[in-house]
Amino acid sequence: MCVVCGCSSPTTLGAPQVHPVSGDLHFGAGAARVSVPGMSQERAIQIEVDVLGANKAVAQQNRAHFASHGVSAFNLVSSPGSGKTTLLCASIVALRKRAPDVSVAVIEGDQQTSFDADRIRATGAPAIQINTGKGCHLDAPMVARAFAQLDVHAHAHAEGHSHGHDHSHAHGHSHAHDHAHQLAARAILFIENVGNLVCPAMWDLGEDAKVVILSVTEGEDKPLKYPDMFAAATLMLLNKVDLLPHLRFDLVKCIDNARRVNPGIRVLLVSAETGQGMDAWLDWVLGVDVTA
Amino acid sequence: MHEISLAGGILQVVEQACARDPFERVTHLRLQAGALAGVEISALRFALESLAPGTLLEAARIDIDEQPGTAWCLHCSQTVPIFSRLDLCPLCEGAPLQPTGGADLKVVDMRVV
Repeated sequence: MCVVCGCSSPTTLGAPQVHPVSGDLHFGAGAARVSVPGMSQERAIQIEVDVLGANKAVAQQNRAHFASHGVSAFNLVSSPGSGKTTLLCASIVALRKRAPDVSVAVIEGDQQTSFDADRIRATGAPAIQINTGKGCHLDAPMVARAFAQLDVHAHAHAEGHSHGHDHSHAHGHSHAHDHAHQLAARAILFIENVGNLVCPAMWDLGEDAKVVILSVTEGEDKPLKYPDMFAAATLMLLNKVDLLPHLRFDLVKCIDNARRVNPGIRVLLVSAETGQGMDAWLDWVLGVDVTA
Repeated sequence: MHEISLAGGILQVVEQACARDPFERVTHLRLQAGALAGVEISALRFALESLAPGTLLEAARIDIDEQPGTAWCLHCSQTVPIFSRLDLCPLCEGAPLQPTGGADLKVVDMRVV
């Protein structure tokens, strides 16, 4: 193929091959049938492909899949030790009281161990642990596989709806309306990403929103140090606020820093330990309009 | 360290191109990394070099163009170039800016034999 215009003829640039009898000039007559100045027998292939495109495609399938099952998915990201799992356990217990007909499931990402999934299962909620091995983040195919094993997925299929979807791009909102009435309740899927404020920012998992959790025992400058993550998040939860009296943590500055990299980010102050702010957080999770 | 995953993604793009239009190996690969893509160029280069042996990318020359990001400045009502999410508007030195581009890592083209 001609690399200049894409036509089926060899390109007319570069040094030609001269036909020994007729003297005709044949550009791009080498093995590759293409010629570009300075390229000899090499040929050029135009690609223009987003390296994360394959992940984004699976993430879009996940998004459609979640929607078709009435699942709201939240990707929880933070550094290690911000209290994500403790907050999740407290959220599951509180959600059960607040909205008993809403099912909750969790996908846990860590490099090793199933400690976190065990803690979630102890609350009675189903959880699937993904061990990424050396990996520093979850990706969309991992989440697709984990979601397929969860009850919120299997339950919907067992309800007897025969939508026969092939889990591709094609099924979307119209499909969601078709069988939404058959689901007993809306479901919430929490995806706890690998504790890491860098890499998970780049991988779309198909979530409705990324929620970044920052504990007040970390520095208020974290949003400036890890701007990609705070830029990617819809909501920032400032966790462990019960410890504020014992710390020199500038709350206003922290929120200013987060808004500097993401002017639209919402902020809620919570403590998984004392329950402070949990109602507002659950309002947000359940889609109740709140002004944070 | 996500650059290792990105390097794997780049190799996958190359392998898919080879499956469509077979070639023996890549001699020159051109990538474009936006300044807001969250990619550390030297780490990506290291990851690609580590990954290349035994693949289509073995001995390939790899160029990585770093492109500035773009952002919309609310004060100036125009698109301005930025190099990090913390940059102020180069025209009015104000904030905040709304980033609008430069968050992608792309395989642009390659030469193959």
